[in-house]
Amino acid sequence: MTLLRQGSGGRVRFLLDGEVIEAADVEPTGSVLDYLRYDLRRTGTKEGCAEGDCGACTVLLGELAGDRVKWRAVNACILFLPMLDGKALKTVESLGGDHPVQREMVARHGSQCGFCTPGFVMSLYGRTIGAAGTEGMPVGDVIAGNLCRCTGYGPILAAGEAVPVSAENDTSAAEALRSLQPGYGHPRTTDELAALLLTNPETRIVAGATDVGLWVTKQLRDLGPTVFIGDIPDLQQIEEAPDALILGAAVRYSEAREALTRLHPDLGELVRRIGGVQVRNAGTIGGNIANGSPIGDMPPALIALGAELTLRRGSERRTITLEDFFLAYGKQDRAAGEFVESVRIPRPAPDMLIRIVKLSKRFDSDITGVCGALALRIEGGTVTQARIAFGGMAGIPARAKACEAALIGQPWNADTVEAAAQALADDYTPLDDLRGSADYRGKVAANLLRRIWAEQSEPVSVLHA
Amino acid sequence: MPEGAVHQSLPHDSADLHVAGAAAYVDDLPEPPGLLHLAFGHATDGHATLRSLDLDAVRAAPGVVAVFTAADIPGENNVGPVVHDDLLLADGEILYPGQPLFLVAAVSARAARRAARLGKVSAEPRPVRVTIADAQAAGDEIETTQRMARGDADAALAAAPHRLTGAVEIGGQEHFYLEGQAALALPGEQGQLHIVSSTQHPSEVQHLVATLLNLSSADVTVEVRRMGGAFGGKETQAAPFAAACALVAAKTGRPAKFRADRDDDMNFTGKRHDFTAGYDVGFDSDGRIVGIRLTLASRCGATTDLSPAINDRAMFHADNCYFLPAVEIVSHRLRTHTVSNTAFRGFGGPQGMMAIERVMDAIAAELELDPLVVRQANLYGPGRDLTPYHMQVADNVAPEIIAELANRAGYEARRAEIAAFNASHTVLKKGLALTPVKFGISFTTTHLNQAGALVLVYADGSIQLNHGGTEMGQGLNIKVAQVVADVFGVPIDVVKITSTRTDKVPNTSATAASSGTDLNGMAAQRAAETIKRRLDDFAATVPGSADWTFQELCRRAHLARISLASTGFYATPGIGYDRASHRGRPFLYFAYGAALSEVVIDTLTGEHKVVAVDILHDVGRSLNPAIDLGQIEGGFIQGMGWLTTEELVYDARGRLLTHAPSTYKIPTANDRPQRMNIAIWERGENAEPTVHRSKAVGEPPLMLAISVFSALTQAVAAAAPGKGLPDLDAPATPERILAAIDELRARNG
Repeated sequence: MTLLRQGSGGRVRFLLDGEVIEAADVEPTGSVLDYLRYDLRRTGTKEGCAEGDCGACTVLLGELAGDRVKWRAVNACILFLPMLDGKALKTVESLGGDHPVQREMVARHGSQCGFCTPGFVMSLYGRTIGAAGTEGMPVGDVIAGNLCRCTGYGPILAAGEAVPVSAENDTSAAEALRSLQPGYGHPRTTDELAALLLTNPETRIVAGATDVGLWVTKQLRDLGPTVFIGDIPDLQQIEEAPDALILGAAVRYSEAREALTRLHPDLGELVRRIGGVQVRNAGTIGGNIANGSPIGDMPPALIALGAELTLRRGSERRTITLEDFFLAYGKQDRAAGEFVESVRIPRPAPDMLIRIVKLSKRFDSDITGVCGALALRIEGGTVTQARIAFGGMAGIPARAKACEAALIGQPWNADTVEAAAQALADDYTPLDDLRGSADYRGKVAANLLRRIWAEQSEPVSVLHA
Repeated sequence: MPEGAVHQSLPHDSADLHVAGAAAYVDDLPEPPGLLHLAFGHATDGHATLRSLDLDAVRAAPGVVAVFTAADIPGENNVGPVVHDDLLLADGEILYPGQPLFLVAAVSARAARRAARLGKVSAEPRPVRVTIADAQAAGDEIETTQRMARGDADAALAAAPHRLTGAVEIGGQEHFYLEGQAALALPGEQGQLHIVSSTQHPSEVQHLVATLLNLSSADVTVEVRRMGGAFGGKETQAAPFAAACALVAAKTGRPAKFRADRDDDMNFTGKRHDFTAGYDVGFDSDGRIVGIRLTLASRCGATTDLSPAINDRAMFHADNCYFLPAVEIVSHRLRTHTVSNTAFRGFGGPQGMMAIERVMDAIAAELELDPLVVRQANLYGPGRDLTPYHMQVADNVAPEIIAELANRAGYEARRAEIAAFNASHTVLKKGLALTPVKFGISFTTTHLNQAGALVLVYADGSIQLNHGGTEMGQGLNIKVAQVVADVFGVPIDVVKITSTRTDKVPNTSATAASSGTDLNGMAAQRAAETIKRRLDDFAATVPGSADWTFQELCRRAHLARISLASTGFYATPGIGYDRASHRGRPFLYFAYGAALSEVVIDTLTGEHKVVAVDILHDVGRSLNPAIDLGQIEGGFIQGMGWLTTEELVYDARGRLLTHAPSTYKIPTANDRPQRMNIAIWERGENAEPTVHRSKAVGEPPLMLAISVFSALTQAVAAAAPGKGLPDLDAPATPERILAAIDELRARNG
């Protein structure tokens, strides 16, 4: 079995409406969207942005989960063809035109120009069959990754709400998936991955492709040799231990959300605001950490909670704190041939005060301007522990040591909070870009601390006003 | 009432296709053999002298078939609509970042895009003017400053009991139509071309392609079935893509397709103009304006495009619903080295309206009055009904609509509730505002107010409808089909809607200015009525014909050699405007509406949320209430995005930094206010004899969202004790909200 692909030549087998489709000689970074539109001539799935931000290309990807098929909505524009191998696919054409979601969209005038419509139909359809990341979610959250510029959304929300959730009979799809032979040869174990990376350390690791997808669609880059880790079961483990939550590097946001919510509700809310459902159904916690962005959503929260990474190279493993992983802008503590295997997030004691806040121009599906996370222990009116981290305030997600020092050992009162807020100026030189000026970022970071004090006596969230 | 008639909420004619993914847009059409895919090589830096282009690497790149520069254009190198200053490909000078320098034709879209990045540009950078202030300092304008006036503003200002000056900055807006720009050209016999384009203006594409290639208009056919959104962004901006396809098809003899990547599209196509609006206003102690001078200045970008008419429309709407007894409106149209700004839903009107609504809020803040009371004191009314351009407001229903909305939505009670909320909260503050809209309907360039239609009735009683308007999602085709079905008294499905083609209806105007239904509905109605008259006349000669079905009537009429096809034509009567003096009657009528918005802000982060919205809007007698409601809601949310989350950021060289949905944030479903009550004004009826007494609805509702900006202004004011108008600019991002709070707190000590 060849695990490493360079150039074209890979073979991908997937199920489409009960039929096995085999694509030979696929480019490793060819998109599912282009394949659908220009090879299969299924043009119902649209390209609106080619970067996973508009949802016009939403399709459902199905995998076996026991004797059922678990479906998840994803953006086909940044889904590489090899990621389809061994899976089932549904596009808007699969619905036949007369599904209740489609009927409600027509009856409620949910389409105007119609270009975004197939994407909305697929997101809403996914909700009705209990697709990943939609369970118990309001319709607004289900379609927050789909942009419409015509309707103002009211009729689409109404159409979504009009169709109840009910499982579909997918026995035949499950049967077909069981007998489908994957063709691409992705690594199936962490050991295989470790061996491959040891001998081919230059290999590009692709998990959900929500970031590297854009290197291809926007920067037109050639990624060189790639390895896809999204289908390695060992890397998808979620272990909810009494003292910690351990997430495999390839656990997707949607899969981690419930466990993270149980760790702390603010973590769940943070995940809700990462991308849309489609992005959360592709992007992984490990990928968000390993790509080292200064504005990645998870790292500040995980640093504040004291998370540790396990890195693996060949058969060697080492564990480091997450904050130590980020060395400088664009530089992480990861050796050649090494990969992030898992992240361990200690479970905070019930009496800890945890606050995680993301600020962005738009609430949903926006990239962080400032993300602040704070974990405090207050005993007998005195702050005894403080771990505070921010994103968007420096070239890397980083601890606020001066701010922490201003809190630890001090009485928990307004004066202490004010001193801690002002100490942030010593901790950071904020980014200054289109998402916010350095001045704004510095000001709101300090205000987030003041708000945590204020919320003890009054409501502070505009989302719940 | 017969089936298919007007005033019914029929679904969009393509709705079944939309939801099934079966509605075809340009890029969905089957690809003909030998198809070439195109990409522009764009300028990556700003204003410069273009010394040379080294395209060897481009030509040598895999899959490249041909590369073209300005020198390869046989005819006029222009895609500009009015003033011919928009080159298809740069020639000698680079005017703005993103400008196309050369054109690549390749065997795949990816090959074309990759090759397009390999051009070596030798250019000498020149000083750039990026902002309105930069261009003002340099005195660089796309046309001379315009002045509209009535009465003696100076004298009125000097004598006014109260006087205020101030200014507001109003940001631009990206259209973000979901379907990017796209075109496909198919070469035909004898140099003829068939072009499928995602354009609001097929006739203009036809004319530009003809002059570009030294062809006649009759050699070029342009077809549009539907667009995946447009909003003004495909009125002139579709032309370069269609022209590029035409050039390649003409030069190579092969079909050519251009589908712009989203980032390229956003970098290179125009947007809503950003404005600064200054005011000097005199008023009495009731807040009633006695004299005002408004100074508008806009960033037009590098070329003329439609900027003169857009800025005119800003002046036309700087009164909104208010009588300005002595007024001077000065409008500066500034040239910058940025992408040329263009038409966008409202066409300058929203910016003009923002200016006067800002003045209303300023007066209210100064006098510490309820802003609604100030607005009502200034409304047009009997004896106070002449606009700054000397047109009488003869159909003023704004006072009724405002009063009715305030009553329905409980304005007084909610204002009290919000005052109580603000008194008991320190971090969160709420704001409430009711603002009206009066929007003039007609192209202000008078000759554009004409339309044609072609109705074909077949001997089996089926009907094909064609008109000059284009479908971009606004429901134009179903409305016009309803009008035609109504004439014949047939069910709506009998009327088959076909694509808009320049070989069926010639010399059309853009589908723009909200006028699509007014103009094309009337032209189609006339075409249908011509045929209907012939059928009626024929039937009158045959005893027993009253029992015939429509099919039978058509069959018999055909056998009796009666023509069953007709064109129809409509030119809006009674309008006219003298641009030199800025006087006349540019509009046939006005569309009205009002909105009440309630917002909450976080005074520590600047985050904000629109909590509730109530809208009452006048569409005359609605041809299709469901379609009209869709326009109202969609327009409002688009306007809300313009004034809140949608921020265009340019760097010092004029490069757009927000050129993708990852960085440019239009509203999502969760930004839609939880409580949103939208009603069509039941008593609406057009005073003018428009088609079934309906009113245009495309643009006016966008400006209802100014209520959101005013409500945010109120909320910011509540965060800083004392009086005074918050210094809030648009878009009101969290950063601007927080800055406005800090500034007002500092001002009020």
